[in-house]
Amino acid sequence: MMVTINGSQARTDATTLFELIEERGYAAMFVATALNGKFITIGERENERLRAGDAVEILTPRQGG
Amino acid sequence: MLLYDVVLQSRLMIGSALYPSPAIMAQAIAASNASVVTVSLRREMAGATKEKPRFWSILENLHQPLLPNTAGCHSAKEAVTTAHMAREVFKTDWIKLEVIGEDDTLQPNVFELVEAARILNNDGFKVFPYTTEDLVAADRLLSVGCRVLMPWGSPIGSARGLNNVYGLTTLRAHYPDVPIIIDAGLGVPSHAAQAMELGCDGVLLNTAIAKAIDPIMMAEAFSKSVEAGRLAFLAGALQPRNMATPSTPMAGKPILD
Repeated sequence: MMVTINGSQARTDATTLFELIEERGYAAMFVATALNGKFITIGERENERLRAGDAVEILTPRQGG
Repeated sequence: MLLYDVVLQSRLMIGSALYPSPAIMAQAIAASNASVVTVSLRREMAGATKEKPRFWSILENLHQPLLPNTAGCHSAKEAVTTAHMAREVFKTDWIKLEVIGEDDTLQPNVFELVEAARILNNDGFKVFPYTTEDLVAADRLLSVGCRVLMPWGSPIGSARGLNNVYGLTTLRAHYPDVPIIIDAGLGVPSHAAQAMELGCDGVLLNTAIAKAIDPIMMAEAFSKSVEAGRLAFLAGALQPRNMATPSTPMAGKPILD
């Protein structure tokens, strides 16, 4: 199915947010996730099912002022 | 300086953005002797990695408390979500709360700011609100649980210094027991010294150091100016007056005409 990851369309076989993080090769502990604008904790990712058209944000630590 | 029951050895807080390189960033932060380093969360555009992010390793080596921000957020909802994401990744309940209301000046939207601060304080965050010198906004922020105020000096990155000295002086006078950190707009060390001479508790800087020709030297300059300004405030400065008063005693002056 197609989802949006960090603003870009992507095809995925993942059924949960946890699987998506694994599939995309992120280090789970060093990213924060949101699904359709809602914060999803590390612990919630496994039970958070993905649907076609979902918008996923995967954020990492960056420089800031 | 005491912020949310944490004793900080320096009154300078420093940003981690805009430096020519990560190495210069680390050296500038060290030279600044800052007590807190601000950071952010952004989309990873360089590609995923299973390894610990390099920036994270640099932060760990700084051995400084981190203050994640909500930079770029334009609504309370967006800022609250960003704060929760930052708390999980950075493992701190401190949050520099920014809710921008106007894009040319990056002026805070104090209405959304107060609402976001209310929610986050209820959620157990220690909120550092980026605000203006507005007394009513300050009162609302304190009433919803903030224990620090971070008014701007002038627009972020503008290097204009303290645009409203009267307003900041009034804010200081109204809330003598609330830590006040000047958050934005400082350009040169004398701006930081002026803020400290007014009785502000600290300053938060980024662009003025990071975009200097020599960020490491400028970091040291700001460090000294913050210390000098604080000492001047504690020492009690001479008040300006319109007429001259001689410093050399007139008593004992000979008549030679």
